[in-house]
Amino acid sequence: MVSLSDTTASAARTAGEQKQLAGNETHATVILRAGNLVKQFGDVRAVDGLSFGVEQGRCFGLLGPNGAGKTTTMEILEGILAPDEGSVHYRGKPLDHRFRQEIGIQFQATSLQDYQTVRETLEMFAAFYERRIDLAELAELCRLQEFLDRDTARLSGGQRQRLLLAIALINDPRLVFLDEPTTGLDPQSRRNFWSLIEGIKRAGKTVLLTTHYMEEAHRLCDEIAIVDKGRIIVQGAPDELLRQHFPAAVIRLPASALARHDQLPDDMVCSDGMIESFTDDVTVAIARLEGLGANLGNLKISAPTLEDLFLKLTGHTLRN
Amino acid sequence: MRQRILAVIRARLREFYRDKASLMWNLAMPILIIFGFAFIFSDKPDDLFKVGILTQEAAGDTQHTTFLATRYIKFIPVTKLDEAVTKVQRHQLDMLLVLGAPPRYWINQHSANGYMVERVLRAAYGSVDTPPRREIVSGTNIRYADWLMPGVLAMNMMFSCLWGVGWVVVRYRKNGVLRRLQATPLTAFEFLTAQVIARLIIIVVVTLLVYAGADYFIDFTMRGSYLALFLVFFAGAACLTSMGLVVATRLKTEELADGLLNFISWPMMILSGVWFSMEGTNPIAQGLSQIFPLTHLVNAARRIMIDGAGLAAVGFEIALLSALTLLLLVVSAYLFRWS
Repeated sequence: MVSLSDTTASAARTAGEQKQLAGNETHATVILRAGNLVKQFGDVRAVDGLSFGVEQGRCFGLLGPNGAGKTTTMEILEGILAPDEGSVHYRGKPLDHRFRQEIGIQFQATSLQDYQTVRETLEMFAAFYERRIDLAELAELCRLQEFLDRDTARLSGGQRQRLLLAIALINDPRLVFLDEPTTGLDPQSRRNFWSLIEGIKRAGKTVLLTTHYMEEAHRLCDEIAIVDKGRIIVQGAPDELLRQHFPAAVIRLPASALARHDQLPDDMVCSDGMIESFTDDVTVAIARLEGLGANLGNLKISAPTLEDLFLKLTGHTLRN
Repeated sequence: MRQRILAVIRARLREFYRDKASLMWNLAMPILIIFGFAFIFSDKPDDLFKVGILTQEAAGDTQHTTFLATRYIKFIPVTKLDEAVTKVQRHQLDMLLVLGAPPRYWINQHSANGYMVERVLRAAYGSVDTPPRREIVSGTNIRYADWLMPGVLAMNMMFSCLWGVGWVVVRYRKNGVLRRLQATPLTAFEFLTAQVIARLIIIVVVTLLVYAGADYFIDFTMRGSYLALFLVFFAGAACLTSMGLVVATRLKTEELADGLLNFISWPMMILSGVWFSMEGTNPIAQGLSQIFPLTHLVNAARRIMIDGAGLAAVGFEIALLSALTLLLLVVSAYLFRWS
């Protein structure tokens, strides 16, 4: 049985391993590597030559709309699904028994055995592993104390997600897979869940996360890969990607605020009932709109988001 | 490995006994069936008497043909004298007629039917120089409920094994429980072993409770060894559980599992001698019944409970059920897929 404080020691151990393997730095820092993955279902090529590496101790996000191939990619990386082509390596080796012992997985949709309490479910899963976290500390980490002896069928959505996260952490894993962990949660529950994931990151674990919530990816991920139609479109740190592709701010106001749209400058576009302008100088942009006679009553100024990036790169939104 | 198997066994047992509706179904149904069918079959069938016919040598008379043409008597060919005599003792046959020179017949002195059919026999033979030689046996009647009990116990076991393992594993696959387990170090072998052991524990406990409950209400006959009966039922349960596992290896929907399990269980239930003896039925049906493990389970259990057969006498059935179990386990382990 290990305690939560042991996980910090685990992170230190990991750092030590990095120094030891400094001669082969790429393999020391990349804990999981996907090489040219391909998976086809009938005529549909769900994963189409996807390659990336996940660095130890970081949170890597796979971002994309429904049907992009994120979950299929995750299942291949988790060892649930065999790829038609390509390879997956964990700590430099193909997936093996050690991989199963050292990972934790929270699936997007899963069921648990009936007529079991939360405690009994955790104890059953704990029995599968050689290394287990102390259940009391795990319950505290995932805020399960108040319903430990409740039937799992009687949990709310947020409670259930916390239980599934606890199951994913029960073996104090090095690598945690979270497949759309906050889908279906209300905004408050989602934010509470984010704080749990941030706690996992602080404990030095590597997290591989899929989501179609851009705010979630931006907040949690150190690095993201945007996936569409089975391929990675772009990869990098979220803020860096936004800096590369957009000016500092975006101004939006309703199209009805301007009587004529044919006089719009080239850097302003009108679509879906909104006038949009990406700009490094908000003052100048507002002045130009005033000059065109625009009603600025409903003007909004914000920073570009990953959804803006996805729209720019693919022509459709993340929520499609 | 052991703790992983034990963890899954504990979880499965909790699933079973906390499902109160299923628990009542497992315990109450077989007893209700016994009462129901004992009532349904309390009427006399069209044939008034049952006479066993054994041909040991060419009959030296022609009067037996007159007797064999008598209406409302069911003539059942038998091959073993001692087994047929036992049936007369148990009132399962009203008379045994051995054709030969001279012919012999056995009747039970306590059987009213035996008395009547003897009168018919003597009328058929009339005044001949060598009338059939009379042999008298005695013994108490076996009620239909006594005869039925081994079959009902075995049938209850069959449904529990097939649906309790086969259908449940398919449901696990459909709703994602198997996928969740696949993502752990638990192997398919460990998971399947745990399912089999959990089901055998449930079967032993439920069968004991049903047995005790039915015995309290019906006071049925049990002439043989409890050890032999336990071993027969255990071998049968293991075999039927393995059969359920084979069904569960690849199916993805409960509807398909339901259909396949019904397709397997209904012919087995009808043709395995649970509700009525297969003696005297269509020879094809009799041959078909031999391929069902339930047939051998029911026959062995009935021989122990009603005829007092010992372990050696049912050794063939135990060996056959055990061999079939091994074969089905190998097949299911080979075919099983988590998803």
